[in-house]
Amino acid sequence: MDLSLLTPVSEHEWHILPTGQMRVPGIVYASEDLVRDMDHKVYEQITNVATLPGIVQASYAMPDAHWGYGFPIGGVAAFDADRGGVVSAGGVGFDISCGVRALYTGLQRKDIEPVKQELADILYRNVPAGVGSTGRLHLDTKGMHAMLSGGAQWAVKQGYGRPEDLNRIEEHGCMQGALPDCVSDQAKKRQQDEMGTLGSGNHYLEIQEVVETYHVPLPQQLGIQHGDILVSIHCGSRGLGHQIGTEFLKKMVMAACHYGISLPDRELACAPIDSPLGQEYLGAMRAAINCALANRQIVTHLVRQAFADILPHADLSLMYDVSHNTCKVEEHWIENQSRRLFVHRKGATRAFGPGHPDIPPDLQTIGQPVLIGGTMGTFSYLLVGTAESMKMAYGSACHGAGRSMSRHQATRRWKGGAVIEELAREGILIRSPSRRGVAEEAPGAYKDVTAVVDAAEAAQLARKVVKMRPLICIKG
Amino acid sequence: MGMTEKPISMDAGEPSPRWEHFPHDADMGIRGIGHSKAEAFEQAALAMTAVTLDPDKIHPHLKRSFSCEAPDDELLLVDWLNALVCEMDTHKMAFSRFHVLLNNHHMEASAWGEPVDRGRHEPAAEVKGATYTELSVHQIPNGFWVAQCVVDV
Repeated sequence: MDLSLLTPVSEHEWHILPTGQMRVPGIVYASEDLVRDMDHKVYEQITNVATLPGIVQASYAMPDAHWGYGFPIGGVAAFDADRGGVVSAGGVGFDISCGVRALYTGLQRKDIEPVKQELADILYRNVPAGVGSTGRLHLDTKGMHAMLSGGAQWAVKQGYGRPEDLNRIEEHGCMQGALPDCVSDQAKKRQQDEMGTLGSGNHYLEIQEVVETYHVPLPQQLGIQHGDILVSIHCGSRGLGHQIGTEFLKKMVMAACHYGISLPDRELACAPIDSPLGQEYLGAMRAAINCALANRQIVTHLVRQAFADILPHADLSLMYDVSHNTCKVEEHWIENQSRRLFVHRKGATRAFGPGHPDIPPDLQTIGQPVLIGGTMGTFSYLLVGTAESMKMAYGSACHGAGRSMSRHQATRRWKGGAVIEELAREGILIRSPSRRGVAEEAPGAYKDVTAVVDAAEAAQLARKVVKMRPLICIKG
Repeated sequence: MGMTEKPISMDAGEPSPRWEHFPHDADMGIRGIGHSKAEAFEQAALAMTAVTLDPDKIHPHLKRSFSCEAPDDELLLVDWLNALVCEMDTHKMAFSRFHVLLNNHHMEASAWGEPVDRGRHEPAAEVKGATYTELSVHQIPNGFWVAQCVVDV
């Protein structure tokens, strides 16, 4: 990105002054190096989002912002329904409520090493991953409706997980306002055999070791110490979410003229929040959030079963589950007034600060955990939201580093088998049905997540708690 | 046919229809080139298949039929590709042969393929959907048609 297009406000805050059709400024939170590295398309997308009706304060971009569809990935924007605000299917994306959850294990590396191969193998057998995989659960019409209404709460009632898991999931595991009837039959058919599956691409299941801690006593307050083993699960709403995204993008594009909305980019397809189409999308999108929460809950159950077979003394309790790719109704203070806003986070993570009522009671003094995933060969991070973040981008942070090269370039540079062997030499076991998929996801194909996380902390969006290194990675 | 990440040459066309991939950050650009719009749509479908697995490894045993309608060629292309994505995901299918018939902005199509065999096909990342990014259906100076867009992976 051409830095002359932005006005630096501080080392990690850059403004794009409103021009043309922009209703609000753009604000980028990133280091100079990260901003310079961003594609010019990110600038275009930030400024396009700023033109949408009812947008409040600014069109935001996180330190990992990169070229997306309509919104940049790493884009955050909020809209006021009382001022003609819109909801955008493009501002949520295809993989609705893709997210990450982390589990404690009560184990240390010395417990894992003697059984690492067996653990990798059983996780790979237990958790379906990759194209063509299906889950063990087949949902009929009634089951589908219940799942879309109940999310992780439904999953727990079905025996997948523990009631206390729900305390550590956004929305307590169930997104209110879901309308399963707004989800098409096609979307439901796509999902009926996919519950409890990881998917493919950059989704993963990882066993990680905590290798660095920050801001003592934060890690201890979260019950983590150096050397602890954690489990991380990254997946979303699978075929159902993808189908909802596809269908509503088209409906919103076709309806834009009718609503008098001029779309600078078709991918910004949106509808007034209070319109029938806006309400229909919100109902379907919330159902997809429940699908993602239920999916991660079932995967958690499968992981617990695997551990029980190999390491029966492990206790996999849920630390937290965060979602990216959502639009949520939240109260935020804007110019000394509480306003009800529809906050879109596209490839961005909610990061509420200490004291926020939506954070679990036992985490109130700490802030909401924020999970930032790395690649199969690099670090992941746990952070917590800050009070400052609430004033900056509605309590939001980044979700991971973007790619530094295309999938095709990655397959030209690396062979999947060689990547697997190299990582094994470093003590990281990979299990995947696709060597080409592994090559596409090679660590070198991604930007430096540490730089992104450091920038998020420097910008005060979130604070680092621990750094984790993968030991086992299951990829689709 | 083959994969390339170069922008399509506007001046000198290959004599035969083909498909291509072009780069897009996190995802993949797909492009079909043909003598006709319909052939470009067929090649675009092949390009999309190739995002996930090698089309040459797919045995085109089973036939599926599709029907789409949209206000313009570009939205029709996206509808066609998304109809394929939905069928592939719902029934775990992979397709390697396509026949498209276009009548204004209405399309009837057939696709031939087989169920995904994870051992033989070794599929990589699945396509979540066709997007409106870099979306274009147009004719180039040598008379060939191009149909392209980015697919979310």
